[in-house]
Amino acid sequence: MTTVDTPLVAPARRATARRVRAAGISGPLFVSGYVVLLLAFGVLPTLYAVYLAFTNVRGQFTGLNQFVRVLQDYRFWPAFGNILVYLVFWLLLIVILTVGVAVVLRSRMPAPLSAALRFLYYIPGALAGVASVLVWLFMLDPSVSPVGWLLKSLGLNTFAEVLAPGQLSLIFALIAFWTGAGGWIVVMYGALNNIPQEVLEAARMDGAGPWRLALHIQIPMIRKWIVYMVILAFAAGTQLFVEPQLLQTASLGRVSPTWSPNQLAYSYAFQHGDFNGAAAISLVLLVIGLLGAGLLVTRSGLFKVDEQ
Amino acid sequence: MRRVLGVTVVTVILLVLLAFFVLPALWLVLAPTKTAGQLAGESPLSFGSLANIGLAWQHLTSFEDGVLFVWLRNSAVYAVGALIVTLVTSIPAGYALALTRFRGRKLLLTVTLIVMIMPSAALVLPVFLELNLVHLIGTAWSIILPFSFYPFGVYLVYIYFATSLPRELLSAARLDGASEWQIFTRIALPLATPVVGLVAFFSFVGNWNNFFLPYLVLPSSDAFPIQVGLNQLLSSTPSFNPVAGAGLNITSPELALAIIVAVLPVLVLFLFSQRTLVSGMLAGATKE
Repeated sequence: MTTVDTPLVAPARRATARRVRAAGISGPLFVSGYVVLLLAFGVLPTLYAVYLAFTNVRGQFTGLNQFVRVLQDYRFWPAFGNILVYLVFWLLLIVILTVGVAVVLRSRMPAPLSAALRFLYYIPGALAGVASVLVWLFMLDPSVSPVGWLLKSLGLNTFAEVLAPGQLSLIFALIAFWTGAGGWIVVMYGALNNIPQEVLEAARMDGAGPWRLALHIQIPMIRKWIVYMVILAFAAGTQLFVEPQLLQTASLGRVSPTWSPNQLAYSYAFQHGDFNGAAAISLVLLVIGLLGAGLLVTRSGLFKVDEQ
Repeated sequence: MRRVLGVTVVTVILLVLLAFFVLPALWLVLAPTKTAGQLAGESPLSFGSLANIGLAWQHLTSFEDGVLFVWLRNSAVYAVGALIVTLVTSIPAGYALALTRFRGRKLLLTVTLIVMIMPSAALVLPVFLELNLVHLIGTAWSIILPFSFYPFGVYLVYIYFATSLPRELLSAARLDGASEWQIFTRIALPLATPVVGLVAFFSFVGNWNNFFLPYLVLPSSDAFPIQVGLNQLLSSTPSFNPVAGAGLNITSPELALAIIVAVLPVLVLFLFSQRTLVSGMLAGATKE
Protein backbone atom coordinates (compact mmCIF):
# COMPACT_ATOMS: atom_id res chain seq x y z
CA MET A 1 0.00 0.00 0.00
CA THR A 2 2.97 2.29 0.06
CA THR A 3 3.02 4.37 -3.04
CA VAL A 4 4.81 7.27 -4.57
CA ASP A 5 4.77 9.13 -7.80
CA THR A 6 8.01 8.90 -9.72
CA PRO A 7 10.03 12.07 -9.46
CA LEU A 8 9.63 13.65 -12.84
CA VAL A 9 10.42 17.10 -11.63
CA ALA A 10 10.24 19.87 -14.17
CA PRO A 11 13.61 21.61 -14.37
CA ALA A 12 13.34 25.02 -12.77
CA ARG A 13 14.53 28.04 -14.63
CA ARG A 14 18.11 29.00 -13.87
CA ALA A 15 17.26 32.34 -12.32
CA THR A 16 14.95 30.68 -9.78
CA ALA A 17 17.53 28.03 -9.04
CA ARG A 18 20.11 30.69 -8.21
CA ARG A 19 17.70 32.48 -5.89
CA VAL A 20 16.91 29.19 -4.17
CA ARG A 21 20.60 28.55 -3.59
CA ALA A 22 20.80 31.84 -1.72
CA ALA A 23 18.87 30.08 1.05
CA GLY A 24 22.31 29.20 2.46
CA ILE A 25 22.54 27.34 5.73
CA SER A 26 18.85 26.45 6.11
CA GLY A 27 19.04 23.41 3.79
CA PRO A 28 21.64 21.51 5.83
CA LEU A 29 19.90 22.58 9.04
CA PHE A 30 16.54 21.27 7.89
CA VAL A 31 17.92 17.87 6.92
CA SER A 32 20.16 17.48 9.98
CA GLY A 33 17.70 15.52 12.16
CA TYR A 34 16.97 13.08 9.37
CA VAL A 35 20.65 12.72 8.54
CA VAL A 36 21.43 11.74 12.13
CA LEU A 37 18.76 9.01 12.01
CA LEU A 38 19.91 7.92 8.55
CA LEU A 39 23.47 7.52 9.81
CA ALA A 40 22.48 5.81 13.05
CA PHE A 41 19.90 3.37 11.70
CA GLY A 42 20.70 3.08 7.99
CA VAL A 43 24.37 3.61 7.23
CA LEU A 44 26.10 2.57 10.47
CA PRO A 45 24.25 -0.74 10.93
CA THR A 46 25.07 -1.63 7.33
CA LEU A 47 28.75 -0.86 7.87
CA TYR A 48 28.70 -2.72 11.18
CA ALA A 49 27.18 -5.76 9.47
CA VAL A 50 29.91 -5.64 6.84
CA TYR A 51 32.57 -5.38 9.55
CA LEU A 52 31.11 -8.33 11.47
CA ALA A 53 30.77 -10.48 8.37
CA PHE A 54 34.46 -10.09 7.54
CA THR A 55 35.86 -10.61 11.04
CA ASN A 56 35.65 -13.23 13.78
CA VAL A 57 34.67 -13.04 17.46
CA ARG A 58 38.04 -11.51 18.38
CA GLY A 59 37.71 -8.86 15.68
CA GLN A 60 40.38 -10.41 13.43
CA PHE A 61 39.91 -10.01 9.68
CA THR A 62 38.88 -13.36 8.24
CA GLY A 63 38.18 -12.53 4.61
CA LEU A 64 35.36 -14.59 3.16
CA ASN A 65 35.59 -17.29 5.83
CA GLN A 66 32.29 -16.40 7.51
CA PHE A 67 30.49 -16.58 4.18
CA VAL A 68 32.09 -19.92 3.33
CA ARG A 69 31.09 -21.20 6.76
CA VAL A 70 27.41 -20.20 6.56
CA LEU A 71 27.20 -21.40 2.95
CA GLN A 72 28.31 -24.82 4.12
CA ASP A 73 25.66 -24.93 6.82
CA TYR A 74 23.21 -27.69 5.86
CA ARG A 75 20.32 -25.30 6.65
CA PHE A 76 21.53 -22.49 4.37
CA TRP A 77 20.43 -23.72 0.93
CA PRO A 78 17.04 -25.08 2.03
CA ALA A 79 16.25 -21.70 3.64
CA PHE A 80 17.17 -19.78 0.48
CA GLY A 81 15.35 -22.34 -1.65
CA ASN A 82 12.21 -21.90 0.45
CA ILE A 83 12.29 -18.15 0.07
CA LEU A 84 12.88 -18.44 -3.69
CA VAL A 85 9.78 -20.60 -4.20
CA TYR A 86 7.83 -18.25 -1.95
CA LEU A 87 8.92 -15.21 -3.97
CA VAL A 88 7.90 -16.83 -7.26
CA PHE A 89 4.38 -17.64 -5.96
CA TRP A 90 3.95 -14.27 -4.28
CA LEU A 91 5.20 -12.11 -7.16
CA LEU A 92 3.17 -14.02 -9.76
CA LEU A 93 0.03 -13.76 -7.62
CA ILE A 94 0.40 -10.10 -6.87
CA VAL A 95 1.34 -8.96 -10.37
CA ILE A 96 -1.27 -10.93 -12.30
CA LEU A 97 -4.15 -10.48 -9.90
CA THR A 98 -3.72 -6.88 -8.75
CA VAL A 99 -3.16 -5.58 -12.28
CA GLY A 100 -5.87 -7.79 -13.76
CA VAL A 101 -8.44 -6.88 -11.13
CA ALA A 102 -7.61 -3.17 -11.35
CA VAL A 103 -8.14 -3.24 -15.13
CA VAL A 104 -11.51 -4.97 -14.75
CA LEU A 105 -12.62 -2.64 -11.95
CA ARG A 106 -11.59 0.41 -13.94
CA SER A 107 -12.93 -0.42 -17.39
CA ARG A 108 -15.78 -2.86 -17.15
CA MET A 109 -17.83 -1.99 -14.13
CA PRO A 110 -20.23 0.67 -12.84
CA ALA A 111 -18.40 3.11 -10.53
CA PRO A 112 -20.25 2.41 -7.23
CA LEU A 113 -19.75 -1.36 -7.54
CA SER A 114 -16.08 -0.84 -8.33
CA ALA A 115 -15.64 1.45 -5.28
CA ALA A 116 -17.36 -1.07 -3.01
CA LEU A 117 -15.18 -3.92 -4.25
CA ARG A 118 -12.00 -1.88 -3.82
CA PHE A 119 -12.98 -1.18 -0.23
CA LEU A 120 -13.81 -4.82 0.56
CA TYR A 121 -10.56 -6.05 -1.01
CA TYR A 122 -8.71 -3.51 1.13
CA ILE A 123 -10.11 -4.61 4.53
CA PRO A 124 -7.42 -7.23 5.33
CA GLY A 125 -4.83 -4.47 4.85
CA ALA A 126 -5.59 -3.40 8.42
CA LEU A 127 -4.61 -6.85 9.70
CA ALA A 128 -0.92 -6.80 8.86
CA GLY A 129 1.88 -8.60 10.67
CA VAL A 130 1.16 -10.92 13.57
CA ALA A 131 -2.63 -10.49 13.35
CA SER A 132 -2.78 -11.79 9.78
CA VAL A 133 -0.69 -14.83 10.61
CA LEU A 134 -2.89 -15.68 13.59
CA VAL A 135 -6.06 -15.35 11.51
CA TRP A 136 -4.57 -17.71 8.94
CA LEU A 137 -3.62 -20.22 11.60
CA PHE A 138 -7.36 -20.63 12.09
CA MET A 139 -8.15 -20.55 8.37
CA LEU A 140 -5.68 -23.39 7.83
CA ASP A 141 -6.98 -25.56 10.65
CA PRO A 142 -9.57 -27.82 8.98
CA SER A 143 -11.49 -28.27 12.25
CA VAL A 144 -12.41 -24.56 12.67
CA SER A 145 -11.81 -23.06 9.21
CA PRO A 146 -14.80 -21.75 7.20
CA VAL A 147 -13.18 -23.47 4.22
CA GLY A 148 -12.50 -26.68 6.11
CA TRP A 149 -14.57 -28.53 3.50
CA LEU A 150 -12.22 -27.23 0.80
CA LEU A 151 -9.10 -28.30 2.72
CA LYS A 152 -10.63 -31.72 3.36
CA SER A 153 -11.57 -32.15 -0.28
CA LEU A 154 -7.90 -31.50 -1.08
CA GLY A 155 -7.04 -34.40 1.24
CA LEU A 156 -5.85 -32.17 4.09
CA ASN A 157 -7.72 -33.36 7.17
CA THR A 158 -5.61 -32.00 10.03
CA PHE A 159 -3.65 -28.84 10.81
CA ALA A 160 -0.46 -30.90 10.63
CA GLU A 161 -1.25 -32.11 7.11
CA VAL A 162 -1.89 -28.52 5.97
CA LEU A 163 1.52 -27.49 7.32
CA ALA A 164 3.44 -30.11 5.30
CA PRO A 165 6.83 -28.63 4.33
CA GLY A 166 6.07 -28.59 0.60
CA GLN A 167 3.06 -26.32 1.10
CA LEU A 168 4.56 -23.63 3.34
CA SER A 169 5.82 -21.38 0.53
CA LEU A 170 2.36 -21.24 -0.97
CA ILE A 171 0.76 -20.62 2.44
CA PHE A 172 3.05 -17.67 3.18
CA ALA A 173 2.38 -16.29 -0.31
CA LEU A 174 -1.37 -16.48 0.34
CA ILE A 175 -1.02 -14.67 3.68
CA ALA A 176 1.11 -11.94 2.11
CA PHE A 177 -1.36 -11.61 -0.76
CA TRP A 178 -4.30 -11.42 1.63
CA THR A 179 -2.91 -8.42 3.52
CA GLY A 180 -1.07 -6.70 0.69
CA ALA A 181 -3.09 -7.02 -2.49
CA GLY A 182 -5.98 -4.67 -1.64
CA GLY A 183 -3.72 -1.65 -1.26
CA TRP A 184 -1.99 -2.34 -4.55
CA ILE A 185 -5.32 -2.79 -6.35
CA VAL A 186 -6.23 0.73 -5.18
CA VAL A 187 -2.89 2.04 -6.40
CA MET A 188 -3.14 0.35 -9.82
CA TYR A 189 -6.69 1.62 -10.16
CA GLY A 190 -5.47 5.17 -9.51
CA ALA A 191 -2.68 4.76 -12.04
CA LEU A 192 -5.18 3.51 -14.67
CA ASN A 193 -7.35 6.54 -13.91
CA ASN A 194 -4.47 8.72 -14.93
CA ILE A 195 -4.38 7.45 -18.52
CA PRO A 196 -5.86 10.23 -20.69
CA GLN A 197 -9.32 9.39 -21.99
CA GLU A 198 -8.31 10.46 -25.54
CA VAL A 199 -5.72 7.69 -25.75
CA LEU A 200 -8.32 5.06 -24.87
CA GLU A 201 -10.87 6.58 -27.27
CA ALA A 202 -8.36 6.55 -30.11
CA ALA A 203 -7.54 2.90 -29.51
CA ARG A 204 -11.23 2.00 -29.43
CA MET A 205 -11.76 3.86 -32.74
CA ASP A 206 -9.04 1.69 -34.22
CA GLY A 207 -11.09 -1.34 -33.21
CA ALA A 208 -9.26 -2.50 -30.10
CA GLY A 209 -11.39 -4.71 -27.82
CA PRO A 210 -11.09 -4.73 -24.01
CA TRP A 211 -8.33 -7.37 -24.12
CA ARG A 212 -6.12 -5.54 -26.59
CA LEU A 213 -6.82 -2.26 -24.86
CA ALA A 214 -5.60 -3.74 -21.57
CA LEU A 215 -2.55 -5.55 -22.97
CA HIS A 216 -1.32 -2.93 -25.43
CA ILE A 217 -2.39 0.39 -23.91
CA GLN A 218 -3.37 0.27 -20.24
CA ILE A 219 -0.82 -2.15 -18.79
CA PRO A 220 2.18 -0.68 -20.64
CA MET A 221 1.16 2.78 -19.46
CA ILE A 222 1.18 1.81 -15.79
CA ARG A 223 4.41 -0.16 -16.16
CA LYS A 224 6.33 2.03 -13.71
CA TRP A 225 3.85 1.35 -10.94
CA ILE A 226 4.01 -2.38 -11.57
CA VAL A 227 7.81 -2.32 -11.43
CA TYR A 228 7.68 -0.28 -8.24
CA MET A 229 5.33 -2.81 -6.66
CA VAL A 230 7.57 -5.71 -7.71
CA ILE A 231 10.65 -4.02 -6.22
CA LEU A 232 9.03 -3.46 -2.83
CA ALA A 233 7.38 -6.90 -2.80
CA PHE A 234 10.64 -8.60 -3.77
CA ALA A 235 12.80 -6.76 -1.24
CA ALA A 236 10.31 -7.30 1.58
CA GLY A 237 9.79 -10.93 0.55
CA THR A 238 13.47 -11.78 0.99
CA GLN A 239 13.14 -10.74 4.64
CA LEU A 240 10.31 -13.10 5.59
CA PHE A 241 10.37 -13.67 9.36
CA VAL A 242 7.10 -13.19 11.31
CA GLU A 243 5.06 -15.70 9.32
CA PRO A 244 7.35 -18.75 9.59
CA GLN A 245 8.36 -17.82 13.14
CA LEU A 246 4.76 -17.75 14.40
CA LEU A 247 3.80 -20.84 12.44
CA GLN A 248 6.77 -22.60 13.97
CA THR A 249 5.47 -21.68 17.45
CA ALA A 250 1.94 -22.74 16.62
CA SER A 251 2.79 -26.01 14.93
CA LEU A 252 4.64 -27.41 17.96
CA GLY A 253 7.89 -27.51 16.04
CA ARG A 254 6.60 -29.25 12.93
CA VAL A 255 7.72 -26.22 10.91
CA SER A 256 11.49 -25.81 10.84
CA PRO A 257 12.80 -23.00 13.06
CA THR A 258 15.21 -22.07 10.27
CA TRP A 259 12.69 -22.12 7.42
CA SER A 260 13.62 -18.66 6.12
CA PRO A 261 17.10 -17.09 5.87
CA ASN A 262 16.17 -14.40 8.40
CA GLN A 263 15.18 -17.10 10.88
CA LEU A 264 18.50 -18.81 10.24
CA ALA A 265 20.33 -15.55 10.96
CA TYR A 266 18.21 -15.14 14.09
CA SER A 267 19.12 -18.59 15.31
CA TYR A 268 22.82 -17.95 14.60
CA ALA A 269 22.70 -14.80 16.68
CA PHE A 270 20.45 -15.76 19.55
CA GLN A 271 20.83 -19.51 19.90
CA HIS A 272 24.52 -19.87 19.08
CA GLY A 273 25.65 -16.33 20.00
CA ASP A 274 27.39 -16.27 16.61
CA PHE A 275 26.90 -12.68 15.49
CA ASN A 276 29.53 -12.85 12.75
CA GLY A 277 27.74 -15.71 11.04
CA ALA A 278 24.41 -13.94 11.49
CA ALA A 279 25.86 -10.79 9.93
CA ALA A 280 27.14 -12.79 6.96
CA ILE A 281 23.65 -14.21 6.30
CA SER A 282 22.04 -10.77 6.73
CA LEU A 283 24.51 -9.35 4.24
CA VAL A 284 23.84 -12.05 1.66
CA LEU A 285 20.11 -11.28 1.97
CA LEU A 286 20.71 -7.56 1.71
CA VAL A 287 22.86 -7.92 -1.40
CA ILE A 288 20.27 -10.15 -3.08
CA GLY A 289 17.52 -7.66 -2.29
CA LEU A 290 19.50 -4.67 -3.54
CA LEU A 291 20.74 -6.47 -6.67
CA GLY A 292 17.19 -7.44 -7.57
CA ALA A 293 15.91 -3.95 -6.95
CA GLY A 294 18.88 -2.36 -8.74
CA LEU A 295 18.29 -4.53 -11.79
CA LEU A 296 14.63 -3.53 -11.98
CA VAL A 297 15.40 0.14 -11.33
CA THR A 298 18.03 0.44 -14.06
CA ARG A 299 16.10 -1.66 -16.57
CA SER A 300 12.93 0.36 -16.12
CA GLY A 301 14.35 3.87 -15.73
CA LEU A 302 12.49 4.27 -12.48
CA PHE A 303 13.66 6.69 -9.76
CA LYS A 304 15.57 9.24 -11.76
CA VAL A 305 17.02 11.65 -9.25
CA ASP A 306 16.03 15.00 -10.71
CA GLU A 307 18.56 16.71 -12.94
CA GLN A 308 18.99 20.36 -12.21
CA MET B 1 -20.73 -16.36 -27.07
CA ARG B 2 -17.04 -15.74 -26.36
CA ARG B 3 -17.99 -12.45 -24.74
CA VAL B 4 -20.47 -14.11 -22.41
CA LEU B 5 -17.85 -16.70 -21.46
CA GLY B 6 -15.31 -13.94 -20.76
CA VAL B 7 -17.70 -12.01 -18.53
CA THR B 8 -18.57 -15.19 -16.63
CA VAL B 9 -14.94 -16.07 -16.01
CA VAL B 10 -14.11 -12.54 -14.84
CA THR B 11 -17.14 -12.48 -12.52
CA VAL B 12 -16.20 -15.81 -11.00
CA ILE B 13 -12.62 -14.63 -10.36
CA LEU B 14 -13.85 -11.41 -8.72
CA LEU B 15 -16.25 -13.35 -6.48
CA VAL B 16 -13.64 -15.90 -5.45
CA LEU B 17 -11.28 -13.06 -4.56
CA LEU B 18 -14.06 -11.35 -2.62
CA ALA B 19 -14.62 -14.49 -0.57
CA PHE B 20 -10.86 -14.85 -0.08
CA PHE B 21 -10.51 -11.30 1.27
CA VAL B 22 -13.70 -11.07 3.32
CA LEU B 23 -14.30 -14.55 4.77
CA PRO B 24 -11.31 -14.64 7.18
CA ALA B 25 -12.19 -11.17 8.50
CA LEU B 26 -15.82 -12.17 8.95
CA TRP B 27 -14.80 -15.35 10.73
CA LEU B 28 -12.57 -13.32 13.04
CA VAL B 29 -15.41 -10.99 14.06
CA LEU B 30 -17.71 -13.95 14.79
CA ALA B 31 -15.18 -16.13 16.62
CA PRO B 32 -15.30 -14.44 20.07
CA THR B 33 -19.10 -14.94 20.19
CA LYS B 34 -18.54 -18.67 20.50
CA THR B 35 -16.86 -20.99 22.95
CA ALA B 36 -13.88 -23.04 21.85
CA GLY B 37 -16.16 -26.06 21.61
CA GLN B 38 -18.69 -24.22 19.47
CA LEU B 39 -15.90 -22.96 17.22
CA ALA B 40 -14.89 -26.48 16.39
CA GLY B 41 -18.36 -28.00 16.35
CA GLU B 42 -20.74 -25.46 14.83
CA SER B 43 -20.89 -23.91 11.40
CA PRO B 44 -17.85 -21.60 11.05
CA LEU B 45 -19.87 -18.51 10.16
CA SER B 46 -22.60 -18.86 12.78
CA PHE B 47 -23.19 -16.37 15.58
CA GLY B 48 -22.83 -17.60 19.18
CA SER B 49 -23.90 -15.17 21.87
CA LEU B 50 -22.88 -11.77 23.17
CA ALA B 51 -22.38 -13.28 26.62
CA ASN B 52 -19.51 -15.34 25.24
CA ILE B 53 -17.72 -12.16 24.16
CA GLY B 54 -17.96 -10.92 27.76
CA LEU B 55 -16.56 -14.19 29.04
CA ALA B 56 -13.69 -14.19 26.53
CA TRP B 57 -12.97 -10.56 27.49
CA GLN B 58 -12.79 -11.53 31.17
CA HIS B 59 -10.37 -14.37 30.44
CA LEU B 60 -8.27 -12.19 28.21
CA THR B 61 -7.99 -9.25 30.60
CA SER B 62 -7.22 -11.47 33.57
CA PHE B 63 -4.32 -13.08 31.69
CA GLU B 64 -1.20 -12.22 33.75
CA ASP B 65 -3.09 -9.55 35.71
CA GLY B 66 -4.26 -7.52 32.75
CA VAL B 67 -0.94 -7.42 30.91
CA LEU B 68 -3.00 -6.87 27.75
CA PHE B 69 -3.49 -3.20 28.71
CA VAL B 70 0.21 -2.81 29.43
CA TRP B 71 1.00 -4.15 25.94
CA LEU B 72 -1.50 -1.78 24.33
CA ARG B 73 -0.09 1.18 26.25
CA ASN B 74 3.45 0.20 25.25
CA SER B 75 2.42 -0.02 21.60
CA ALA B 76 0.87 3.44 21.84
CA VAL B 77 4.00 4.92 23.47
CA TYR B 78 6.32 3.36 20.87
CA ALA B 79 4.17 4.17 17.85
CA VAL B 80 3.27 7.73 18.85
CA GLY B 81 6.77 8.52 20.14
CA ALA B 82 8.32 7.35 16.89
CA LEU B 83 5.65 9.16 14.90
CA ILE B 84 6.52 12.49 16.52
CA VAL B 85 10.25 12.10 15.89
CA THR B 86 9.50 10.97 12.32
CA LEU B 87 7.39 14.04 11.57
CA VAL B 88 9.83 16.46 13.20
CA THR B 89 12.76 15.08 11.19
CA SER B 90 11.29 13.97 7.87
CA ILE B 91 9.11 16.95 6.94
CA PRO B 92 11.80 19.64 7.12
CA ALA B 93 14.17 17.19 5.41
CA GLY B 94 11.81 16.52 2.49
CA TYR B 95 11.17 20.24 2.18
CA ALA B 96 14.86 21.13 2.13
CA LEU B 97 15.66 18.37 -0.38
CA ALA B 98 12.97 19.66 -2.72
CA LEU B 99 13.38 23.42 -2.42
CA THR B 100 16.91 24.29 -1.36
CA ARG B 101 20.27 23.46 -2.84
CA PHE B 102 23.21 22.44 -0.68
CA ARG B 103 26.32 20.31 -0.94
CA GLY B 104 25.60 16.63 -0.62
CA ARG B 105 21.94 17.02 -1.51
CA LYS B 106 22.14 14.59 -4.40
CA LEU B 107 24.05 12.05 -2.36
CA LEU B 108 21.43 12.30 0.38
CA LEU B 109 18.64 11.76 -2.15
CA THR B 110 20.36 8.74 -3.65
CA VAL B 111 21.07 7.15 -0.27
CA THR B 112 17.46 7.79 0.74
CA LEU B 113 16.21 6.01 -2.39
CA ILE B 114 18.48 3.03 -1.74
CA VAL B 115 17.51 2.73 1.92
CA MET B 116 13.86 3.15 0.99
CA ILE B 117 13.81 -0.01 -1.09
CA MET B 118 15.70 -1.86 1.64
CA PRO B 119 13.07 -3.42 3.89
CA SER B 120 13.58 -2.46 7.52
CA ALA B 121 13.88 -6.13 8.52
CA ALA B 122 17.18 -6.28 6.60
CA LEU B 123 18.95 -4.23 9.24
CA VAL B 124 17.24 -5.50 12.36
CA LEU B 125 20.13 -7.70 13.47
CA PRO B 126 22.88 -5.08 13.00
CA VAL B 127 20.64 -2.46 14.64
CA PHE B 128 20.21 -4.81 17.58
CA LEU B 129 23.99 -5.17 17.90
CA GLU B 130 24.49 -1.43 17.60
CA LEU B 131 21.89 -0.78 20.33
CA ASN B 132 23.62 -3.39 22.45
CA LEU B 133 26.92 -1.57 21.96
CA VAL B 134 25.48 1.68 23.36
CA HIS B 135 23.54 -0.09 26.15
CA LEU B 136 20.07 0.87 25.01
CA ILE B 137 18.66 -2.67 24.87
CA GLY B 138 15.49 -3.04 26.91
CA THR B 139 14.68 0.69 26.98
CA ALA B 140 11.82 2.37 25.14
CA TRP B 141 14.39 4.33 23.10
CA SER B 142 15.66 1.10 21.55
CA ILE B 143 12.28 0.89 19.79
CA ILE B 144 11.36 4.53 19.29
CA LEU B 145 14.63 5.70 17.72
CA PRO B 146 14.97 2.96 15.06
CA PHE B 147 11.23 3.28 14.27
CA SER B 148 11.69 7.03 13.78
CA PHE B 149 14.01 6.48 10.85
CA TYR B 150 11.55 6.58 7.96
CA PRO B 151 13.14 7.33 4.57
CA PHE B 152 9.91 6.62 2.73
CA GLY B 153 8.30 9.52 4.61
CA VAL B 154 11.13 11.87 3.59
CA TYR B 155 10.69 10.74 0.01
CA LEU B 156 6.90 11.34 0.05
CA VAL B 157 7.40 14.86 1.41
CA TYR B 158 10.17 15.52 -1.12
CA ILE B 159 7.96 14.44 -4.03
CA TYR B 160 5.08 16.51 -2.75
CA PHE B 161 7.07 19.73 -2.42
CA ALA B 162 9.04 19.17 -5.61
CA THR B 163 5.93 18.70 -7.73
CA SER B 164 3.23 20.82 -6.17
CA LEU B 165 4.68 23.83 -4.41
CA PRO B 166 5.26 26.71 -6.84
CA ARG B 167 8.74 28.15 -6.41
CA GLU B 168 7.44 31.60 -7.31
CA LEU B 169 5.52 31.59 -4.02
CA LEU B 170 8.75 31.08 -2.09
CA SER B 171 10.64 33.71 -4.05
CA ALA B 172 7.85 36.20 -3.37
CA ALA B 173 7.95 35.45 0.35
CA ARG B 174 11.72 35.92 0.35
CA LEU B 175 11.40 39.29 -1.39
CA ASP B 176 8.98 40.25 1.38
CA GLY B 177 11.74 39.54 3.87
CA ALA B 178 10.49 36.27 5.36
CA SER B 179 13.15 34.06 6.95
CA GLU B 180 13.59 30.45 5.79
CA TRP B 181 11.96 29.21 8.98
CA GLN B 182 8.96 31.51 8.51
CA ILE B 183 8.59 30.38 4.91
CA PHE B 184 8.62 26.76 6.01
CA THR B 185 6.16 27.11 8.89
CA ARG B 186 3.79 29.72 7.42
CA ILE B 187 3.69 28.84 3.73
CA ALA B 188 4.98 25.36 3.04
CA LEU B 189 3.66 23.49 6.07
CA PRO B 190 0.00 24.58 5.81
CA LEU B 191 0.01 23.57 2.14
CA ALA B 192 1.46 20.18 3.00
CA THR B 193 -1.27 18.96 5.37
CA PRO B 194 -2.33 16.06 3.09
CA VAL B 195 1.19 14.68 2.83
CA VAL B 196 1.83 15.14 6.56
CA GLY B 197 -1.31 13.09 7.21
CA LEU B 198 -0.13 10.44 4.79
CA VAL B 199 3.32 10.13 6.36
CA ALA B 200 1.74 10.05 9.83
CA PHE B 201 -0.67 7.27 8.83
CA PHE B 202 1.94 5.04 7.17
CA SER B 203 4.44 5.59 9.97
CA PHE B 204 1.92 4.88 12.75
CA VAL B 205 0.55 1.74 11.08
CA GLY B 206 4.04 0.45 10.28
CA ASN B 207 5.23 1.03 13.84
CA TRP B 208 2.10 -0.41 15.42
CA ASN B 209 2.41 -3.60 13.39
CA ASN B 210 6.16 -4.04 13.71
CA PHE B 211 7.18 -7.30 15.32
CA PHE B 212 10.79 -8.22 14.51
CA LEU B 213 12.71 -5.45 16.27
CA PRO B 214 10.69 -5.39 19.53
CA TYR B 215 10.83 -9.20 19.53
CA LEU B 216 14.63 -8.96 19.62
CA VAL B 217 15.34 -5.99 21.84
CA LEU B 218 12.71 -6.28 24.59
CA PRO B 219 13.50 -8.90 27.21
CA SER B 220 10.47 -8.62 29.51
CA SER B 221 6.75 -8.98 28.99
CA ASP B 222 6.10 -5.61 30.73
CA ALA B 223 7.81 -3.83 27.85
CA PHE B 224 6.25 -5.80 24.97
CA PRO B 225 4.11 -4.04 22.41
CA ILE B 226 0.85 -5.78 21.56
CA GLN B 227 2.34 -7.60 18.55
CA VAL B 228 4.91 -9.42 20.65
CA GLY B 229 2.22 -9.88 23.29
CA LEU B 230 0.06 -11.68 20.74
CA ASN B 231 2.93 -14.07 20.13
CA GLN B 232 3.07 -14.74 23.88
CA LEU B 233 -0.68 -15.35 23.98
CA LEU B 234 -0.30 -17.77 21.08
CA SER B 235 2.27 -19.79 23.01
CA SER B 236 -0.17 -19.84 25.94
CA THR B 237 -3.07 -21.25 23.92
CA PRO B 238 -3.58 -24.95 24.65
CA SER B 239 -4.69 -25.86 21.13
CA PHE B 240 -1.33 -24.62 19.87
CA ASN B 241 0.77 -25.40 22.92
CA PRO B 242 -0.76 -28.02 25.25
CA VAL B 243 2.11 -27.88 27.73
CA ALA B 244 2.34 -24.16 28.50
CA GLY B 245 -1.30 -23.43 28.01
CA ALA B 246 -2.81 -25.67 30.66
CA GLY B 247 -5.17 -23.86 33.01
CA LEU B 248 -4.75 -20.36 31.60
CA ASN B 249 -8.21 -20.00 30.06
CA ILE B 250 -6.70 -18.71 26.84
CA THR B 251 -8.36 -20.59 24.01
CA SER B 252 -9.25 -19.79 20.41
CA PRO B 253 -12.05 -17.25 21.14
CA GLU B 254 -9.77 -15.32 23.51
CA LEU B 255 -7.03 -15.32 20.91
CA ALA B 256 -9.44 -14.08 18.23
CA LEU B 257 -10.62 -11.32 20.56
CA ALA B 258 -7.01 -10.32 21.25
CA ILE B 259 -6.37 -10.07 17.49
CA ILE B 260 -9.39 -7.76 17.12
CA VAL B 261 -8.23 -5.58 20.02
CA ALA B 262 -4.75 -5.40 18.52
CA VAL B 263 -5.89 -4.24 15.08
CA LEU B 264 -8.71 -1.97 16.29
CA PRO B 265 -6.64 1.25 16.51
CA VAL B 266 -5.38 0.78 12.96
CA LEU B 267 -8.83 -0.14 11.69
CA VAL B 268 -10.47 2.91 13.29
CA LEU B 269 -7.73 5.17 11.95
CA PHE B 270 -8.18 3.64 8.53
CA LEU B 271 -11.96 4.05 8.48
CA PHE B 272 -11.74 7.68 9.55
CA SER B 273 -9.03 8.62 7.10
CA GLN B 274 -10.06 6.39 4.22
CA ARG B 275 -11.18 9.17 1.87
CA THR B 276 -8.19 11.40 2.50
CA LEU B 277 -5.93 8.41 2.36
CA VAL B 278 -7.03 7.13 -1.01
CA SER B 279 -7.04 10.60 -2.56
CA GLY B 280 -3.71 11.42 -0.92
CA MET B 281 -2.11 8.16 -1.97
CA LEU B 282 -3.02 9.00 -5.51
CA ALA B 283 -2.16 12.67 -5.43
CA GLY B 284 -0.66 13.25 -8.82
CA ALA B 285 -2.13 10.06 -10.20
CA THR B 286 -5.67 11.38 -10.39
CA LYS B 287 -5.11 14.91 -11.66
CA GLU B 288 -6.61 14.25 -15.09
